[in-house]
Amino acid sequence: MSDGTIWMIILATGVGTFLLRFSFLGALGGANLPEWVLRHLRYTAVAVLPGLVAPLVLWPEATGGDPDGPRFAAAVATVVVGYFTRNVLAAIGTGAVTLYGLLWLTGLPG
Amino acid sequence: MARSKPKNTYRMGIRDALPFLLVVGPFGLLFGVVAAESGLSVAQSMAFSTVVLAGASQLAALQLMVENAPVLIVVATALAVNLRMAMYSAWLAPWLGAAPLWQRALAAYVNVDQSFACSAVRFEQYPDWTVAQRMAFFFGVVTPIAPGWLAMTALGLWLGEGIPAWMALDFAMPICFLALIGPMLRTAAHLAAAGTSVLLALLLAGIPYNLGLLIAALVAMSVGARVELWQARGTAA
Repeated sequence: MSDGTIWMIILATGVGTFLLRFSFLGALGGANLPEWVLRHLRYTAVAVLPGLVAPLVLWPEATGGDPDGPRFAAAVATVVVGYFTRNVLAAIGTGAVTLYGLLWLTGLPG
Repeated sequence: MARSKPKNTYRMGIRDALPFLLVVGPFGLLFGVVAAESGLSVAQSMAFSTVVLAGASQLAALQLMVENAPVLIVVATALAVNLRMAMYSAWLAPWLGAAPLWQRALAAYVNVDQSFACSAVRFEQYPDWTVAQRMAFFFGVVTPIAPGWLAMTALGLWLGEGIPAWMALDFAMPICFLALIGPMLRTAAHLAAAGTSVLLALLLAGIPYNLGLLIAALVAMSVGARVELWQARGTAA
């Protein structure tokens, strides 16, 4: 891939991404959205983020897409601790300890 | 607390963001390493992280560039991965919409997973914040995040393949987002939306250009809204 092509991809992706980020914030301004739209928007985070990571948890890239016990266990531990403690750092810590502990125990890095 | 001045909400944003350096750090490192491996120059790699400021889409684009995919496909895929940011933009509009245009444009540039996720927690927790206070908080979050992202990209470029596999850097991103999701599951409606999102994202994973995630997210938002309505009717009755 030529240098020019790479720069073109970087610029086009950058401009496109900015437009996506600006879209509603720029166009709507202070306009009031109807209640049913707001009701849907309340679930944006829980609708996008779990779907974003679910395939990465079930089919990790590091194992070539094969399900991996330590990664799956670490993911479950992270969500469970996050859910019950409402503490993001505690959840990250638990996930990291679970992942490294199990990877070390199974002796199969990555 | 709710009457805190904008300066304080700015500091609060910085504090809230600090744990996320743990997310952004390994992820930036990963991008730097992969970019170096794919043969991008240092200038190109740094420009990529500066202009796009969205790791998942950058990694997706790199993957396709290595496979020599057509430019249009590379850009379309990266943008599809970032489509969720249009949803963040829609979510932010009622909270920040009254701010001046230049502020909204700047906020749009740093409208990333972390600034959105932290705001999603705090704006609802302190609904009487002024627009200026919310904006200050939003920029507070990205104050450590954006430079951290660039610094770690640079470190990854420099370290290259020197990072051992046992560090399992690939899994830093899932762990950190899962840690965010746990505390968000406050009601049955949130749980239903998250469950739908996971199920559909997995079922639709085969659809090209990450469109499966977009469909999963839209359906999950409707499920959340629907369950909220049912719950409200249940309490009313």
